[in-house]
Order: sequence, then C-alpha cells, then structure tokens
Amino acid sequence: MTRIDDTFAKLKAANKKAFVTYVMAGDPNYETSLEVVKGLPAAGVDIIELGLPFTDPMADGSTIQLAGQRALEAGMTLEKTLQLARDFRTTDDTTPIVLMGYYNPIYNRGVDQFLQDAKEAGIDGMIVVDLPPEEDDELCIPAQKAGLNFIRLATPTTDEKRLPKVLENTSGFVYYVSITGITGAAEAQASDVAPEVARIKSQTDLPIIVGFGIKTPETAEAIASVADGTVVGSAIVSLLENGKSVTEVLAFVKSLADGAHRA
Amino acid sequence: MATELFNSFMTGPDEKGRFGDFGGRFVSETLMPLILELEAQYEHAKTDDSFWAEMHDLWTHYVGRPSPMYHAERLTEHLGGAKVYMKRDELNHTGAHKINNVLGQIILARRMGKTRIIAETGAGQHGVATATVCAKFGLKCVVYMGAHDVERQAPNVFRMRLLGAEVVPVTSGRGTLKDAMNDALRDWVTNVRDTFYCIGTVAGPHPYPAMVRDFQAIIGKEAKEQMMEAEGRLPDTIIAAIGGGSNAMGLFFPFLDDTSVNIIGVEAGGKGVNQKMEHCASLTGGRPGVLHGNRTYLLQDDDGQILEGFSISAGLDYPGIGPEHAWLHEIGRAQYVAITDKEALEAFQLCCEKEGIIPALEPSHALAHVMKIAPTLPKDHIICMNMCGRGDKDIFTVAKHLGFDMKI
Repeated sequence: MTRIDDTFAKLKAANKKAFVTYVMAGDPNYETSLEVVKGLPAAGVDIIELGLPFTDPMADGSTIQLAGQRALEAGMTLEKTLQLARDFRTTDDTTPIVLMGYYNPIYNRGVDQFLQDAKEAGIDGMIVVDLPPEEDDELCIPAQKAGLNFIRLATPTTDEKRLPKVLENTSGFVYYVSITGITGAAEAQASDVAPEVARIKSQTDLPIIVGFGIKTPETAEAIASVADGTVVGSAIVSLLENGKSVTEVLAFVKSLADGAHRA
Repeated sequence: MATELFNSFMTGPDEKGRFGDFGGRFVSETLMPLILELEAQYEHAKTDDSFWAEMHDLWTHYVGRPSPMYHAERLTEHLGGAKVYMKRDELNHTGAHKINNVLGQIILARRMGKTRIIAETGAGQHGVATATVCAKFGLKCVVYMGAHDVERQAPNVFRMRLLGAEVVPVTSGRGTLKDAMNDALRDWVTNVRDTFYCIGTVAGPHPYPAMVRDFQAIIGKEAKEQMMEAEGRLPDTIIAAIGGGSNAMGLFFPFLDDTSVNIIGVEAGGKGVNQKMEHCASLTGGRPGVLHGNRTYLLQDDDGQILEGFSISAGLDYPGIGPEHAWLHEIGRAQYVAITDKEALEAFQLCCEKEGIIPALEPSHALAHVMKIAPTLPKDHIICMNMCGRGDKDIFTVAKHLGFDMKI
C-alpha cells in the first residue's frame, strides 16, 4: 500500500472524488515552489503531481513548457526536485506525491539510483510521459518492484485492443487524457469523457482520474462527476507565469478543489 | 569454432525497434497507436512491388535518379593521394538527398488516406522537399522551423511558401531544430486522425529510423553499382556528413556487410569538440539518453537536460543522432569523426575552386575529412564521399564568414 492507495481508500469511504494538481517543481524558484506545494493539501488537494523540469517536454503545451524553462533557469535539477519532496515531507507525511515528467533526466541518473532516491524522498509514484507499455522494462517494472506506483496515461487513441496492455502494469490510478493534444489546450467535455471512463472501468478496478483541458471549478466538477477525480495543471501554473502571489494561487486551487469535491 | 555463422550488420532493428540498445519507441500513449499503425503499413508497403514501382518511377522522372558518380580529378590531383569520387545527390530535384525519403513517406501517407502532412526542418532542405512533394500531390503541408533558422535560411522559407506550404516559426525552447521537432510532435498528438508526420532524418520513434534509412538506401545501392562499373571493385572508404544522419545511413547501409569497406561518418565539430559544447558532435562529445522517441547519443548536461548544439551548418545543428549510427559507433563498424566550422569552410572553397561544384555546408564537412585523409593514402585507394546537397542555400552564410558584402 502506498500513500496513493490509502488516499483513494479514504476518499471512497467518504464518498468523495479526488482532486489532483500539477505544479512544476522549482517554478518560478525553489522557495516559492515549496511554499505553493506545502499549501496545496490545506487548499483541498488530495494528490500532488510534481513536475520534473525537462528542456524538451514534447507532450506539453506552452504553459508547462515555460514553467519548466523558468525552473531550469532558476537552477532546478532532478536532485533539487527530490529535495523539494523531502522538504515537503517534513510537514506532511500523508499527501501522495506523484513525480511527472520525461525519461531522460531519470535515465541519466540511473534507474536503480533514481528509484532508491525517490522512495527515500517520499515520492509515491510516477508518470513518465514518454514511456509507453512497449518500454516497460526500462522503468515501469523496476519501479513496481521498488514499491512505487507507475501510473499510466490512457488516451482517446487507446483502442479496445490496446487498453489491456496499457492497464497491465499500471498501479495507483489510471490517468485518462481527456483530449488528443497537449496540456493546457482544448477544453475537456464531460459528455466525451463519460463513455471513455466507463470503457476503462469495465477493464480495471483502479481509480480513473481525468486530466488535460480542465481550467475552471465548473469543468473540474463536471469531469470529476463522471470519473474518480480530476487533474488541473496548466490553469494553476499560468497564475505563477502571470506573477500571482502564493496566496492567490492557493485561493484559485481551493476554488477548483471545491468544484471537484462537489461532484 | 566449429561453424562460423556470418553475422549481418543489416538485420536491424529488432521487433522492439532497437539497434542494440539504441532506438525504441519512447513516445506518449496518444502517439503509440499511430506509430504502430505506421509500422504495420510500412511493413506491408516494403514488400509490395507496386509501392516500389511508384517510387522508382518518381525517382527517375521527378527527382532525376540515378545521381551521377563523379571522379573528382582535380581535387584528387590537388590532394595527391587517394582517388576521390563524389556521389552527386546534390543534383536531385530540390538540391539535396532529402527528397528520396520524402517521396517514400508521402506515397505511404497517401496509401494511409492521410490528407495533411507535417514536417520539421532545420536548414530548410527537408521542409522544401516535403513542400515540393505535397504540391505535386495536392496535400496540405505544414512545416515547423525554428525561428532562428527561419532567419538564417530565408531563401528556403520563401521556397516553401511558394510551394504552398505553411511555415510555422517555432519560438518555444530555443527556437532551433529540436524545438521544431517538439512542436511537430505536439501538432501530431493534436491532429491524430488526418495527419502524417514526415520526419526528415533517421531518428524518432521506430519505425522512422529504419524507414527513412530504407528510402535513403537508394544512394548506397546506386553507389555500389556505379563503383563496380567505374572501377570494377568496391571503394575502400566511404564518407558522409551527419546531423541526424540520413544521407550517411543511406550511403552506408548497403555497404555494412562489405567489411573491406571503411565507413566514416563526419559530425559537425562547430568551434571544436570541447567542454563548452560549441559543437553538434553527439557521438564524439555526447552520451546515451532518450529524446524524440529514441535512445541515442545526445548532447546533454549532468542533469540530463538537452543542450543546444552549435554549427555553421543549420542542417547539422541537432543535439542527437540516428540510433543506428549510435549502434554502428558502439560496435565499431563505422568510425565517427568531427570537423570544425573552419575546416568545413575551407573544404567548401576548395570544392568550388577545383571542381566547379558549390557544395552545401553539410557535405563540406565530409569533404574536409577527405582532405585530411586522402593525402595520407596511396593512389589506388578509392574514396567515395556523399555530396548530399548543393550550396545555393548557404552562400549568404559563407559570404558573412568570408567577410563578403552581399548587398553590392
């Protein structure tokens, strides 16, 4: 059992949907980023996705991409991202942290070393965008063995035939990508998402969390109501891009969390 | 050893798209079904005679193949050693080898019912080739090009627009070729139903490295026949320039099992392969990593962040290299060297003066290495270098470096 499994068990008992947020580690700098992350649980966030900065985030839109650039320019690294998780854990030992990013910085550190360090830093799971099931031997299988969740993306192009392969080595939850496209682009539609979630649910007992294209409390509520929870990333990150204060960012997060929890 | 099995160098990639440890399919889930579909369609087309008949017809009548094999007599004499031949792929329609591959991918796209073609381009040669073939077949064409390259390759931008393509200047990241590739991938992930991504080099997720190589292998096949005709034997050394590595892979591939043939790939050494990373020599100065769908040698920092390369040649300005080259490098079948901007410029000028051929800056790197080794080799040693592009597009860059005012 990881913190992720515990969190979903508690949410289920309370008959609540999960609210998940994505923020880029170190955006716009380490201190501000840590302050934001530390404030997320009190703002109603159930699971934190912590973005690992990368120079070439090919599945992300400009908001996340620029956040990564800001973080890198401020000196962020994989090591400092793990340090941010360690610092967060000094005040919170229950909220799950999912590291989200791309494979190269992890591969560069060495998979075994990374898994050991991530676990020690209090990371619970990871989403690595450029590791499909076809590359499971790289990180997915070693991560599961190390007791970390490997969360996979299912997308509108994941057809019936392929879905079992996508679900096979997934743990923690399934992240359903609401649109074909990049983060922060088109608005997700609950009417499109509902049948897809039902389709995936028929093949797995894992919770289904929906992300991409969710920008307002209303959409968060609508999407959460047809799934087990929802993720918001770019909409929050764009506030940091526009120079909003930590207080303002957390107030917006709270409005989104309230929306998702109304579902 | 009781029985010695001949291990071919030409059987890769394996079913996972790997050349040894390199290659693979490191893409997001949204793209995975698309590249599996592409692989199935390509595997089918590869063994379909009508597919190759269409290719050969267009290669002959539209591109102008076979490209000549030219004995560079005055250059040979000047260098005073090995006999130098040039495979004249710069004489192709659109001025480079790029069109060999584009034709293959566009014919495949048409078979798959795709109506919109996207491409990335650095120097603009792949973009021009893609725009050209799209115009010929009446397909919508969108080309992603780094904003920095849009500036330094203005004539090619205008060519693409004349040919009806939409050129999108990429400002994300640092606005170079790798960023153009990122944006092309973002487009593809958004427009999955009608769009075909025409990659210009032997990189990207499987099946691209193998597919692009197979389309470019026409260069090596012709070269082999032409050398047999001219000299009655294979060359001793073959040399080509490498950015992503498609012209090199095209020349090298048919020769891989001819172990008497010495194979040399020439990377862009920029200002010199040093700690400051002012070069694009991924094999000489990089280390293995994962980017743009494949594992290969990359220019990267200690944290695994991708670095920008530096080269006078926009066509070689890419921080990675095709995975098959990474494999050939590791097993030692091919040798990889680096040539600096300065050396390439000297080769550019010498080729103009001695042969009346204005080469592109990319093959000027290969030529510079020929200039280094030819004088040290005997007169019966045959070198075949790939003149993969013509230099019209580069005259502004060269003029600037030579201090010549083009405004006069």
